Amino acid sequence: MSEALYPITVEVNGVQRTAQVPARLSLVDWLRDELRLTGTHVGCEHGVCGACSILLDGEAVRACLMYAVQADAHRVTTVEGLAAPDGGLSVLQDSFCEAHGLQCGYCTSGMLVAAQALLDANPRPSDDEIRAAIGGNLCRCTGYQQIVEAIRLAAERLQEKRA
Amino acid sequence: MKSPPFEYARAASIDEACALLAQHGDAAKLLAGGQSLVPMMAMRLLRPAWLVDINEIAALKDIAVDERGARTAACARQVDIERDTALAARVPLLGRALAWVGHVQTRNRGTVGGSLAHADPSAELPLVAQLLGAKMRLRSARGTRSVEADAFFGGPMTTTLAPDECLEVIEWPAWPERRLGCAFVETAARHGDFAMASAAAQIGLDADGRCTRVALGLGGVGMTPLAFPALTARLVGSRPTPADLDDLARDAAAQTEPNDDLHASSEYRRHLARVLAARALRAALEDAEREK
Repeated sequence: MSEALYPITVEVNGVQRTAQVPARLSLVDWLRDELRLTGTHVGCEHGVCGACSILLDGEAVRACLMYAVQADAHRVTTVEGLAAPDGGLSVLQDSFCEAHGLQCGYCTSGMLVAAQALLDANPRPSDDEIRAAIGGNLCRCTGYQQIVEAIRLAAERLQEKRA
Repeated sequence: MKSPPFEYARAASIDEACALLAQHGDAAKLLAGGQSLVPMMAMRLLRPAWLVDINEIAALKDIAVDERGARTAACARQVDIERDTALAARVPLLGRALAWVGHVQTRNRGTVGGSLAHADPSAELPLVAQLLGAKMRLRSARGTRSVEADAFFGGPMTTTLAPDECLEVIEWPAWPERRLGCAFVETAARHGDFAMASAAAQIGLDADGRCTRVALGLGGVGMTPLAFPALTARLVGSRPTPADLDDLARDAAAQTEPNDDLHASSEYRRHLARVLAARALRAALEDAEREK
């Protein structure tokens, strides 16, 4: 079928990407299927699980609840954009390994993005604030405790780094 | 791709959005934050031929606050309302309600007007609008009109908005009382999920601790969010006891006719309505009493 295509230019992880997309293509499908940025996961596809969380202009949003065409002229950061330029793990990512903040890994990219948005806005979050920040992300493995510990550990390590 | 095919138009102004709605009528839907509309599209509960995106219209993002209250343009993000300290000082109930709305990721994107126009009877912002008697300004190529919340909500997911109309601005009235208290409480399976029932209350006191004004609202237990002006009027002029508040909560809950569904029976929802209404009233009164 011949659906109309719409031109978009989106800054993704610091790189300008242009594409022609059908209106109904979700942002997460564009990131994964067209740009091959498969770190962002697709869970429920209707805004419940949080696996597809990305940063849009620095704020955490669900990439399954936006159409790619809406991201035109905006800035997107995916989990791939959290790592160091050489691919090395960020302090936050390393803290998830250290504290066993993941098991199967399906929710992890969404958790990392949600945690990154929290730490960007609030470098010293309380446990309640950490729980609120990941309240929209489902994890079926960890029981959440280690994820909270991982984010707390990352906050402490980032504090030390700044000091 | 989960959503059915549609044509997309990004409106640059409210006039352009209204012109597109006038042109396409029933075949077009406005796309605000998309936090309800896009899931409904993904589940193919909706198949509009056109989506008119109003996210890039700067004039629809404005938040203005003065002594009369807050005026929020329809596409103001929920997160921006949450962070607005001037607004929190004049209409504190909005912030209390937003704490229950979805999650960080959905409030970053979700809009105040989108939530009202979606008109889910269990949603928080429609309940606040109903309780405070918010005024909606609706605009179309034909002109503008103002509608009070009570007339705006017609039923589940149903408002008085005509197919060619755009919700433009919501006026949230401030109460002048210096001793003002409010509270919002709800029960859901998980914080941020749809409420099985919710209750909001706002109470103004005079210097002697007598009620000058009382408002109570219940969500998730009727076809629209409900307010109870006839019941709350009886507390005006009194210093209410806990028993008075319990009686009011019981009488309000008795007037509701909640639906049964997978998540809760009608009977359980009415029970929640009574318990939550009592909690909201008590918390609002304590909140007002803290202001000396």
